[in-house]
Amino acid sequence: MLRPGAEGGLIVADQKVENPFRVLPAPPPGTPVAAPAAARGLGDPEQALREEVERGVLFTTAGGMINWAVNQSRANAIWPLGFGLACCAIEMMAIVGPRFDISRFGAEVFRASPRQADLMIVAGRVSIKMAPVVRQLYDQMPDPKWVISMGACASCGGVFNNYAIVQGVDKIVPVDVYVPGCPPRPEALIHGIMKLQEKILASPVEVGTLTFQPLKKKRKGVA
Amino acid sequence: MSQPVQAPVAPPGLRPDQVERRLRERFPDVPFRRQEGAAVRDHTLYLPADRLVEVCTFLRDDPALAFAMLMSVSGVDLLPSEPRFEVVYHLLSLTHNSRFVLKVQVPEAKPRVPSVSGLWPTANWHEREAYDFYGILFDGHPDLTRILLPDDWEGWPLRKDSPLGYTEVAFTHNTPGRTVPAPDLTELAPKKVKYRAH
Amino acid sequence: MTLNMGPQHPSTHGVLRVVLELDGETVVKAKPIIGYLHTGMEKQAEYKTYTQSIPQTDRMDYLAPMSNNLALCLAAEKLVGIAAPARAQAIRVLLTELTRISAHCVWLGTHALDIGAMTVFFYCFREREKVLSIYDQVCGARMTASYFRVGGLSSDIPAGFLDRCQKFVDEMPAHTDEYEKLLSKNPIWLARTKGVASLSAKDAVALGATGPILRGSGVRWDLRKAQPYCDYDRYDFDVPVGSVGDAYDRYAVRVQEIRQSTRIAGQAIARIREMGEKGEYRLRDFKYVVPPKEEVKTSMEALIHHFKIVAHGFFPPVGEAYQAIEAPKGELGFYFVSDGTPRPWRMKVRSPSFVNLQALPSMIEGRLVADVITAIGSLDIVLGEIDR
Repeated sequence: MLRPGAEGGLIVADQKVENPFRVLPAPPPGTPVAAPAAARGLGDPEQALREEVERGVLFTTAGGMINWAVNQSRANAIWPLGFGLACCAIEMMAIVGPRFDISRFGAEVFRASPRQADLMIVAGRVSIKMAPVVRQLYDQMPDPKWVISMGACASCGGVFNNYAIVQGVDKIVPVDVYVPGCPPRPEALIHGIMKLQEKILASPVEVGTLTFQPLKKKRKGVA
Repeated sequence: MSQPVQAPVAPPGLRPDQVERRLRERFPDVPFRRQEGAAVRDHTLYLPADRLVEVCTFLRDDPALAFAMLMSVSGVDLLPSEPRFEVVYHLLSLTHNSRFVLKVQVPEAKPRVPSVSGLWPTANWHEREAYDFYGILFDGHPDLTRILLPDDWEGWPLRKDSPLGYTEVAFTHNTPGRTVPAPDLTELAPKKVKYRAH
Repeated sequence: MTLNMGPQHPSTHGVLRVVLELDGETVVKAKPIIGYLHTGMEKQAEYKTYTQSIPQTDRMDYLAPMSNNLALCLAAEKLVGIAAPARAQAIRVLLTELTRISAHCVWLGTHALDIGAMTVFFYCFREREKVLSIYDQVCGARMTASYFRVGGLSSDIPAGFLDRCQKFVDEMPAHTDEYEKLLSKNPIWLARTKGVASLSAKDAVALGATGPILRGSGVRWDLRKAQPYCDYDRYDFDVPVGSVGDAYDRYAVRVQEIRQSTRIAGQAIARIREMGEKGEYRLRDFKYVVPPKEEVKTSMEALIHHFKIVAHGFFPPVGEAYQAIEAPKGELGFYFVSDGTPRPWRMKVRSPSFVNLQALPSMIEGRLVADVITAIGSLDIVLGEIDR
């Protein structure tokens, strides 16, 4: 009986099969068979087979596979919402320009409508009059969605600590990546987008009621 | 040592004192008052609010003056002086290449000034901004509503008794019980980067 | 039908909201609503010294940051009664004209992008990147420069800066030719901009429009010629003026202004070379201007002046001053009211885009909806400046 395992693998017949290689069917008669490994002067035949297979075959869990595929597609084709507020918007336009090409990352398609966008780059200072508009745009974006807070003003109010500016857009929308700078250089924004890509690749994928976790990779220095 | 400031070369035609003389000739009953002060760099005249529209019409239409452009209308809050507000009009004459400044003093109890948006349509938004920032009312303005702040904002932000709205930022020195976490330097260790030739 | 061209829109060049009343495709009434980027800069300036307000001005017209810095510095200098030395003025002129080129490049790129000509966007941003590299070399920041100070510049120009500017000035005319080749005789461009969004000279003057809008409507007025500042009367340049006041005229005026700015920049470089690649860059009036760092380290008086000016600010006289410059968008004026303390009592910014935007309804009422985009583009507005 097949049922999903704790890590998304499959368990056959209610017991974990010890050595999966034993269940391979015998080769049909007449198939040329290599001389036994011992005769060939090789070491442990099972070891040799294992190495051979590992070179060309990837073992993973089905859930990890789905998570990897979905997250790769999401990360490499993020469509930002064209949402430039102030000076940072000009640097955001500069990454569309020829020198710092965001098209390499699949993100050159700036959608005009929030309903078609994945990523809201809040580029610039958010004034109190604009705050409800930012929230409404965020709510109009379909899942999965991410927010990059670009620049000092969007992250924390920046240079402007007064009655007119919201001290950080994270008071209104949840932010995934903060990119500091005033304005951040286009390279810094691209670095922020790459950090977001890493974050996306490390996040779980929900399909209906199932949640697929990402494959655990040992990475130093990444949240 | 400071260099003596060179007065900009006065363009031929119209000097500000000539403008003042012409105004005084035309309106002998209007109590014009020149603003005093060595560092008042532009020739500025005070006039009462009720004569503003008349004087401005003359300034705009008289061919010898022809101040066809109103550059800006600013409000100034002079708390604690009385009268509290001033509205400053900067005028520009294209034909005579000359600038002039008019000022109207506005008491706090009755902050009403006639609007000049009938004369210079550009005054429309300038006056809305002065209303938005100071609460000065402009009589005869077609649409005196807030322009820069949200429509439901209470208060007049640029008045001297309105606060800046500074939000205290939490640091360790002003937040009790907050300590600096010990930095974990292992995460900051330099990563060995392999460079590939592309 | 009422259509809201909301604060988030790809073609509004910032957070501008225009409420349009349409009858089919014709615009019956248009009402621009601003304030979505209001930053309280004028209030904040009352809590900062004059020098501390200079970085704020970068964020006003963020396409032409050095212009804004220049306007503030000139207004403060007028108030105080000082003037920067000639070499500093020449460097200011050079950088301001490069700023004008960069601002017009962004304008052209985004305006063409709105109308549909995407290639121009990439070309213009390529040129802009060169100007930003020049900024980067001189003051460390790509966009928000804050390089000018009251009394001169914050630091001298680095070695190799003039050669780099010269290289840019030599290449720019060819690039401007490229833009013109793509657009000026392009039938689509002509169809979208000729006769569209017209503003008569009388209306432009009544509405207070300045800059390329006023000149596009045929009024010969440029502050650099009429009321020169920063020794502009020593430079040889022409001022392009249009005739009809439609979007095409404004486009032509701005492209010609790019050419003239390139010319002025070349002359400025020659002037600076005459006066020395390294030299005087700040006025030696230590009551108002910070002394050079070398002196601060050796002379006690210089140290005390430096300390007072940096920690407290300089004390201008009690008075007021209004100084306007010809920014890329129009007349940018700063009005300071000083009470003798290092912080201005009132700073009022007469920003050109705030006034120019008032001309929008008269440009588009009675016209088609698609012309709204052309009109907003040809007005060349920057919301940072409008909302301050």
